Amino acid sequence: MPKRIAVAVSAALTMFALADASAKTLVYCSEGSPENFTPALNTTGTSFDAARGIYNKLTEFERGSTRVVPGLAESWTVSQDAKTITFKLRKGVKFHSGVNGFKPTRDFNADDVLWSFNRQWKPDHPYAKVSGGKYDYFADMDMPKLLESLEKKDDYTVVMTLKEPNAPMLANLAMDFAAIHSAEYAAFLEKSNRKEQFDQFPVGTGPFQFVAYQKDAVIRYKANKEFYGEKALVDDLVYAITPDPTARYSKLKAGECHFIIAPRPADLPEMQKDPALKVISQPGLNIAYWAFNVQKPPFDKKEVRQALNMAIDKAAIIRDVYLGAGRAAVNLIPPTLWSYNNGIKDYPYDVEKAKALLKSAGVSAPLEIDLWYMPVQRPYNPNAKRIAEMMQADLSKVGINAKLVTYEWGEYRKRAQQGEPMTVQLGWTGDNGDPDNFFFLRGCAGARPGGQNLAKWCNKEYDDLLTKARSMADMKERTKLYERMQVIEKEEAPDFKLAHSIVYEAMRKEVEGFKQSPFGAHNFNGVDIK
Amino acid sequence: MLKYLLRRAALTVPTFFALMFLTFIAIRLVPGDPVEVRVGERGISAERLAYFRHELGLDQPVWKQFLDYVWQLLHGDFGTSLVTNEKVLTEFLTLFPATIELATFAMLFATLIGIPAGALAAVKRGSAYDQVLMGLSVTGFSMPIFWWGLLLIMFVAERWGLTPVSGRIDLIKYYFEPVTGFMLIDAWLSGQKGAVLDAARHLVLPAIVLGTVPLAVIARMTRSSMLEVLGEDYVRTARAKGLPPWRVVGLHALRNAMIPVVTVIGLSVGGLMAGAVLTETIFSWPGVGKWLIEGIARRDYPSLQGGVMLVSSVVIFVNLIVDVLYGVINPRIRHGR
Repeated sequence: MPKRIAVAVSAALTMFALADASAKTLVYCSEGSPENFTPALNTTGTSFDAARGIYNKLTEFERGSTRVVPGLAESWTVSQDAKTITFKLRKGVKFHSGVNGFKPTRDFNADDVLWSFNRQWKPDHPYAKVSGGKYDYFADMDMPKLLESLEKKDDYTVVMTLKEPNAPMLANLAMDFAAIHSAEYAAFLEKSNRKEQFDQFPVGTGPFQFVAYQKDAVIRYKANKEFYGEKALVDDLVYAITPDPTARYSKLKAGECHFIIAPRPADLPEMQKDPALKVISQPGLNIAYWAFNVQKPPFDKKEVRQALNMAIDKAAIIRDVYLGAGRAAVNLIPPTLWSYNNGIKDYPYDVEKAKALLKSAGVSAPLEIDLWYMPVQRPYNPNAKRIAEMMQADLSKVGINAKLVTYEWGEYRKRAQQGEPMTVQLGWTGDNGDPDNFFFLRGCAGARPGGQNLAKWCNKEYDDLLTKARSMADMKERTKLYERMQVIEKEEAPDFKLAHSIVYEAMRKEVEGFKQSPFGAHNFNGVDIK
Repeated sequence: MLKYLLRRAALTVPTFFALMFLTFIAIRLVPGDPVEVRVGERGISAERLAYFRHELGLDQPVWKQFLDYVWQLLHGDFGTSLVTNEKVLTEFLTLFPATIELATFAMLFATLIGIPAGALAAVKRGSAYDQVLMGLSVTGFSMPIFWWGLLLIMFVAERWGLTPVSGRIDLIKYYFEPVTGFMLIDAWLSGQKGAVLDAARHLVLPAIVLGTVPLAVIARMTRSSMLEVLGEDYVRTARAKGLPPWRVVGLHALRNAMIPVVTVIGLSVGGLMAGAVLTETIFSWPGVGKWLIEGIARRDYPSLQGGVMLVSSVVIFVNLIVDVLYGVINPRIRHGR
């Protein structure tokens, strides 16, 4: 069985490394098994993390930030009309050698870029249907609508033409789905009739090379000594799959892992006191909100929406439901994202003022409304039901009777997007660190039935600024427009902005150099054990 | 005997069909389908949803999907996972050895302690030992597995450092490819020094946790069954013959008391599979229990249907063996006569 032999060869190499007394192994206690190792096919953080060290993209997010930096593309130029991007590719980049019996005979080049995008884009691509062929992110980021063409000018130049200007495109290309694969490896497997192994035995250019994977148990990687960027400082990287958060914490304490994903908020105080451990945190790239459907009276009146913003005790929700793992949201984007408007003040919690506003809007008590809450826990919302109950209690103080409503998760989203609820809780997790990726949530395009804008709010000035900012390359100019949009949105109050969750990372004291990613990604190059 | 066996085996056929039907229907009654459950806040466009539902055959009438599924099963095809695109049978065979290893050691723990402890309690009926043991068995039986597992991890592994917290082997010290899937055997085959002992140390806590409920049941069952047997005439005769007490209890009484105990052991296998779900989650044990739970969460219909069928086959098979064992243990029972 060639698959077994290939694994055995790489296993032997690893054992050699293990035999070396000075070899360093970093053990990361992850949450679950990846679906496979091709990010374009997946939608979960668990799967993305498992492929993270293996691949590179044309552009990359700087480790620990949302800043877009060169990756496999060394540089790029954008045409005057902002519709053509020309990428100059990095030379001398080696693909991993020895995985699944594959030994690359050439360096990375434009063919690999075209192969990787065309697999997701062109239905007649030889790998389009392999492993189910669901390229959710490629579709979700509107790539088929945005891309006009992708061409190879020479081995190290790729030209991407867009149908319309799109400033966030460079950030899109740094997302996991845009990972660059080896076209040569794909051909190698196709030749031996093993196409389905492509997504199970990954070959990339990244800082860590895949060694072996045992479902629900362990994934092993070794350092790629030939990596062009920030190198791995450990020799081996092990993902010990540990689904239970309490068991992860115990393993961390016992020294069975160096780093754990998603510590439980309840364990944080004890973790922070433990001298053997280190806990770091930052607001996640997300927002939890409660949208008011402006197409349903009385939410067509701005005063009513503002009144509801004043009627809810946000601080109490953050304290009692988020248990400290949340930060009150003022704007749609989290404060870590560029263009965040610091000048904006949140509505105060003021029951009397809320009552007065409702009265001035001609709303007579009691007002009957519905309040929808998600049936599931989300990264930005630990308990939507509990929050809805607290809101319900607060609303009763201003003469509003809220009926709590929920549906199965898929059904909930569908109905909410159709504009069925009067008021609805939901949220958003950023994909690419571009403010557009948050502000589009209140754009006019999403206000149509079935769209993402659950407030169904369409403000011409806001929408014009949104479209304009999308077509501009200059970050400073875009920032000005986004700052203005935040002012409009605060005044118009199409929603109540609840919180940005705070993401915690826990590790042993001896782990050094880890930079927390705003995307919740786990990158272990540049991380050492002292 | 053969006739009995055949009749017993034939009886499993309707059981399988009922199982097939129930798992097929049950998972479809859970709201949400495999395509929608992957989607986040963004939702999915109606066209894409329709396309993928069609690709997976979910747009067919349910009866047609069921017939297709039965046809597939009759050809020995358990389908392909919608999540990983691996064959369900391959995934099952990769994960099942871990579950068997765990369940075997849990059962060994339960029987090797439960039977002698129960027998002793019967012999010393009414003593302090008897009362303490029966009290403990009630506690053991009602112990929530999750809580018990975490408690043991906290004290035995974390505080006293006697065993590792979780997993099947020390991932830094040892690395070998699975050959059989049974960690103890693979560790031995690898020839790496200390690997077998390390794998055994990893087995201790999960086996105790999973074996606790069956241990309590077996101990109680042995005790009550022994009490009944100890009052029988042949035991009194044995005593009157002047046989030493260990022979009376160990050979004459215990063997006859084993029949209901063996039944309970057989029935416990089903319970073990249920307990394995929790035990595997707490101890990061890569077995089928956790896999099935994930199958539900992701609405991975083929994995779930196939997995349930395969696990049920094992439970049914074990119970068949138990029935046969009756005859071996007690010659009075001769099947088919």
